[in-house]
Amino acid sequence: MAAAVVDPEIPVLTIADLGVLRDVVDGPAGIVVRITPTYSGCPAMQMIHDEILAAVDRAGLGPVTVETVLAPAWTTDWMTERGRRALADFGIAPPLPGPAPVTFFRTAPGICPRCGSTDTTEIAPFGSTACKALWRCEACREPFDVFKTH
Amino acid sequence: MPSGSIVTGDAPLLRYVLERADDALVLGHRLSEWCGHGPMMEEDMALSNMGLDLLGQARALYTYGAAVEGAGRTEDDYAYLRDERAYGNLLLVEQPNGDFAVTMVRQFLYAAFMTPYWQAMTSSTDATLAAIAAKAQKESAYHVRHAGEWVMRLGDGTDESRARAQQALDALWPFTGECFMPSTAEQALVASGAVIDPAMLAAAWRETVARVVADATLTLPADTWMQRGGREGRHGEHLGHLLAELQHLQRSHPGATW
Ligand SMILES: [Zn+2]
Repeated sequence: MAAAVVDPEIPVLTIADLGVLRDVVDGPAGIVVRITPTYSGCPAMQMIHDEILAAVDRAGLGPVTVETVLAPAWTTDWMTERGRRALADFGIAPPLPGPAPVTFFRTAPGICPRCGSTDTTEIAPFGSTACKALWRCEACREPFDVFKTH
Repeated sequence: MPSGSIVTGDAPLLRYVLERADDALVLGHRLSEWCGHGPMMEEDMALSNMGLDLLGQARALYTYGAAVEGAGRTEDDYAYLRDERAYGNLLLVEQPNGDFAVTMVRQFLYAAFMTPYWQAMTSSTDATLAAIAAKAQKESAYHVRHAGEWVMRLGDGTDESRARAQQALDALWPFTGECFMPSTAEQALVASGAVIDPAMLAAAWRETVARVVADATLTLPADTWMQRGGREGRHGEHLGHLLAELQHLQRSHPGATW
């Protein structure tokens, strides 16, 4: 139920695909859903929190609380294979295995989700949401988002 | 004291958490001042994104501070209801945005310190601080990369951009020393392993800064008298103006929500 809640910013990803959903326990005081935040300032977290409450409520499963756990810290390495494929089909290059090293002007190339080319250029390291960067494919000339390694 | 101001406890852990949270909040607020004013859209988004990361780090730290203090306060109380003298942020982060070069050099100098700082803090004996550090470290790594590339572009750019970048570096340099001076709260916590002594990162920071400054064809400023006082609540005139804007709504309409 809670696993089907989607990221409001990338609706093809469920919170289970994203690795945000950590745990669901049926305790004496009702259901406890544990989630972990992606980026410290990710504005989608509040919405995900509210959507989980609504999903459990719709299913008539009784009292529910959503707990935010910080440790261990979320990483894009937790993204499921299904999630990675869904991202690519949606036109967003999936994250590379972490951690990303600190380099200047030398980033691992984004892989174009349309044509698969690695002949790509980073346009902006900070994209439309905290988790994405904006790239351009030099082969098919289309711009695309890259889900940043985190 | 303005109406509704709060005075927090002085336990070292609470004080330390508030100091680091104040750094992130104040710099995040500075970056938010660029929103809608960036030199181009991609940069406007980058500045806002970095500001959002910092705001998120501040929220996590203030929330932890509330748990540590156990006085029924929330993250908002610390941000909106403490007076300037109670703020423990570094002087570096309160410096005004100036031009784009000042903003990027300030961001680079700070992130070049915070990236190894959070990295080291992932081994904190305090599980919450270690978890906050694990996230913040990755965010900070993006900031140092982005700001560092801008320092190189500006320094190795036109005569004008080069002059402005050098001016920014020279003007901000005296505020960098404070990063490596442990606060009273930190000194009390180091032995427990909850925090690290920031002084141990001075060499690594200098190495990163020297490398980028050299690639930027800029000149590393000479060693000079380093400003301090932010951790003790002795701030420049700029923080008061910043807080007046940041706190205005909650001070004039206490408890307002929407
Ligand atoms: Zn392509």
